[in-house]
Amino acid sequence: MLIDKKIEQIKSDFDILPGWEERYEYIISLGRNLAPLATEFKTDEYLVRGCQSRVWMRAYKKDEKVFYEADSDALITKGIIALLLAVVNGASIKEVANIDFGFLDDIGLKSHLSMSRVNGLQSMIKKIKSYYI
Amino acid sequence: MKKNIREQFKIFGNNPNLVYLDNGATTLTPDRVVKKMNEYYFDYNANIHRGGHHLGVRATESYEGVRVKVAGFINVDSKKEIIFTSGTTHGLNILAFGLRSKISKSDNIVLTRLEHHANLLPWQRLSRETGAELRFIELNDFEIDMDSAKSVIDENTKVVSIAHISNVTGTLVPVEKLCQMAKEVGAISIIDGAQSVGHRKIDVQKIGCDAFVFSAHKMYGPTGVGVLWAKEELLNTMEPYMLGGGMIDEANYNNFTAAQLPNKFEAGTPNISGVIGLGEAIGFVESEIDFEYENKLVDYAVAELLKISTSGGKNLRLIGPVNNTSSVVSFVIKAIHHYDLATLLDEQGIAVRVGHHCAEPLMGYLGIGGTVRISFGVYNDKDDVNKLIDSLDKSIKMISNK
Repeated sequence: MLIDKKIEQIKSDFDILPGWEERYEYIISLGRNLAPLATEFKTDEYLVRGCQSRVWMRAYKKDEKVFYEADSDALITKGIIALLLAVVNGASIKEVANIDFGFLDDIGLKSHLSMSRVNGLQSMIKKIKSYYI
Repeated sequence: MKKNIREQFKIFGNNPNLVYLDNGATTLTPDRVVKKMNEYYFDYNANIHRGGHHLGVRATESYEGVRVKVAGFINVDSKKEIIFTSGTTHGLNILAFGLRSKISKSDNIVLTRLEHHANLLPWQRLSRETGAELRFIELNDFEIDMDSAKSVIDENTKVVSIAHISNVTGTLVPVEKLCQMAKEVGAISIIDGAQSVGHRKIDVQKIGCDAFVFSAHKMYGPTGVGVLWAKEELLNTMEPYMLGGGMIDEANYNNFTAAQLPNKFEAGTPNISGVIGLGEAIGFVESEIDFEYENKLVDYAVAELLKISTSGGKNLRLIGPVNNTSSVVSFVIKAIHHYDLATLLDEQGIAVRVGHHCAEPLMGYLGIGGTVRISFGVYNDKDDVNKLIDSLDKSIKMISNK
């Protein structure tokens, strides 16, 4: 699926959720279902700096596509990771470089999340873009 | 709580549903403090201690008047022992820097395990630079272990620098006893009063310390201003941390002689409006705060929190002494990350603090990653606690998918 389409899909998923509770319950459920990162990658080397809950992230290339795996000790953070990975996984390096993560504003995340988490979000986005680029 | 207390804070009018439980980070500012600071800018904005005009005289009188007020507030006889700083951190840095010439390799500096970074890092540097040993008084069930204090404070101890109340656990440190122990070995005793001012009566003579530091913004005053009090004989032997305008007696191209106290430690134009605001905040604390009320509210909050731990096995654990006599209450809930809780609480209009609270070593020592901290102020009431508990319940349900 094209990245734009993936983003549109996420936006419409959130559009049908009426309030902050439903949105967070959805994010929490995404977090709960996020595939855990293998313990060998849960080390300082893979730690994303600038997040107030711990976030680990790795990336690998397969057939010129980029794939990410990430995890956190906080559930809501894991949910946000799931959203990010749903967009970026399987994209080309060029596509990843050009992704506009502004869609997170449109689903009302930023206004709902505390500043520290917003900063953490920026760190995760920076990390995603830092691989292979 | 006095009936009209919230009306004295415009911020509640502007944020009608706010439940503010982050007073340990900063207290809110009553209108009278803001008004007093505005007065300076609107009516007599001028630099102090200089200028031959009436605005400057008025500014100087206001600023120096606060020094007298502060002295009374913490029970100090001599106003020249009151140094205005930018806050507790600044005060502790002035002390650690100023004491450098008194510390040598064979000495030791004693802190407790629960210090804020502000009362740890300056001493770490001093220890690195002088070779003096840093020693820590251990905790026992979140209380100061007095046996440990007895074993670490010895005849080579030069400084004992300790928090009055922990900003993480709410532990009330037995400062009188520890200062007495410091005195017996000839060590200088320093109290970090950041979490105690505005929440209990401060009497430095009763505490028996040699120095006491605090911040205005944790006692309903403005940010960026604080106080360092130290005994005159101590201040006189300390090297000033900052040099510049206003702190000299004489200066030539090669040298200077420092001014008398307190100016020696107040180089540069100070935070004049901030100091004036602090003066008004002292008036607010003295006239509006019933410390007993706040203690009872904390007792109520702790009792209500503990009910959460027994309903449905949610396992709330207090990170602090059972008998908490401070305004700071920390807790963790088993299997729930504190950031998840804080995010959902924030969503429900409850302002709390989460994380390591600028005491990372303490987190490691206690074996936890962070806590949720609620901390009380003069405007909080049972209704705030009830809203917190309801919101916690709801957040726990959302996270546990129950």
